[in-house]
Amino acid sequence: MLEIALYSSIKVIVVVVAILTGCAYATYMERKVVAIMQHRIGPSYAGPWGLLQPLADAIKMAFKEDIVPDNVERITYALAPILAFIPSLLSFAVVPFSADFSLVGREITGVISDLNIGILWIFAVTSLGVYGIILAGWSSGSKYSLLGGIRSSAQMISYEISYGLSIVGVILIANTLSMRELVEQQGTILDWYVWKQPLGFLLYLICAIAETNRAPFDLPEAESELVAGYHTEYSSFRFGMFFVGEYANMLAVSAVGTTLFFGGWQAPWGAFPAQLSIIWFLIKVFLFMFFYIWLRATFPRFRYDQLMDFGWKILFPLAVLNVLVTGAIVLF
Amino acid sequence: MTLDTVIFFISAVVAVFGATMMISQRNPVASVLYMILSLVAQAVIYIQLSALFVGAMLVIVYAGAIMVLFLFVIMLLNLRGSEDLGAHSSPISKVTKYVVSILLFVEFVFVIKSVIIGSPVAGLLTTTPPVDDFGSVKSVSMLLFTKYLYPFELTGILLLIAVVGAVVIARRDKADDVEDTHSSTGTEPAKTDEVVTK
Repeated sequence: MLEIALYSSIKVIVVVVAILTGCAYATYMERKVVAIMQHRIGPSYAGPWGLLQPLADAIKMAFKEDIVPDNVERITYALAPILAFIPSLLSFAVVPFSADFSLVGREITGVISDLNIGILWIFAVTSLGVYGIILAGWSSGSKYSLLGGIRSSAQMISYEISYGLSIVGVILIANTLSMRELVEQQGTILDWYVWKQPLGFLLYLICAIAETNRAPFDLPEAESELVAGYHTEYSSFRFGMFFVGEYANMLAVSAVGTTLFFGGWQAPWGAFPAQLSIIWFLIKVFLFMFFYIWLRATFPRFRYDQLMDFGWKILFPLAVLNVLVTGAIVLF
Repeated sequence: MTLDTVIFFISAVVAVFGATMMISQRNPVASVLYMILSLVAQAVIYIQLSALFVGAMLVIVYAGAIMVLFLFVIMLLNLRGSEDLGAHSSPISKVTKYVVSILLFVEFVFVIKSVIIGSPVAGLLTTTPPVDDFGSVKSVSMLLFTKYLYPFELTGILLLIAVVGAVVIARRDKADDVEDTHSSTGTEPAKTDEVVTK
């Protein structure tokens, strides 16, 4: 009992530290990739190739003055960054990172908790993530924050339905909700669900961008209209939590997308040493992240009515159609 | 005291505390937050009873979708807890308010008495599921689409009626009061969400 608790705690700590490091270097990656795409150099002073830049940013963020405006709702104002940050970490609890392997005589499973409703857990956790943003906007007592919060809640309600429906196709084919079984079913590159669910994958990709408030769907924090949107009034470490939470969310949807559509830790040709299988997981997540950043550097922001039209009149019917067709094919 | 019992009591206390705070708060946003707290605690209890699917759905549908909608409407109407909601009610509604709550309370006591008394709380919490795949998506949907199909479809129609009613009320408001267009256009897409997630 105690031993199990100890080993799970160690695993959780390792994963959380890895995610936070991942978030830090995702910011570096974003700056560097966008810089290269725009013919700039990007961060280059701190350390070789600017590799220590995230560390410098973190130290700067932590030592800045924490400014709390006068007319905020104090409790919700303090609660909001935490509510935005925690759910983004929680979804990693069911994501399988690698195959089960043995290390110094001990069997290690490649996932923190293999729930048999893993996918539902991810939905539950992501659906709670919106509260941080809404409450931040509402409690700041500033019109820019409030507008950002309202935009974000409308956007997330609209896109969450298509987001959920886009995954239903995979669930129907796989006949399981466990993330681990999903990965095991996708043995080689030919078994990846992206081939069987191309439309589902496309919908997932688009809705995931909207869910994480990334460009070109970053209306909640459109700087040309709303200063910085819901986190306008936040500074120092509280802002840092929103910032890291956004990158953790990106990592989470990338990891879930990898697991659902690209075979998670499975190598494209199948057989691969179990101890090293995490490499494939990392490569696939990296490609997802690169795609996100690429989109940000390429596309301009949507207009708000375009965003709503797109969500309700195009994505939603397509998602329903995808579920309908997949269901019919599975049934007959 | 096993770990299960401890977790049960913690989540039960949190659920009741959240529900009590929800109805006693002046600030509507605080009420919503306490309700979410209560719902999450209830989900923990469901999961403890091996009803994983029900627990997950409680969080996804209620905490994740419907409460977001509540917050959305509160923010659009910009309620800050200054309105005294009971000030303009008629004497009849004041009387019915108390009669209905007393009736509900009595009913509640009877229900609890018939369930709990005689079986100790620890007996209700078993670590092994009663049936083999109890609470799994498959078994729940099996019951839902065979034995309980009729009530299930009826609930769907009930929700549809609620949506149509909401649209009718919103439209009437729009005709009466041009300033109110924000709240009416805001609720329409969100209401559809409720039906879809059900």
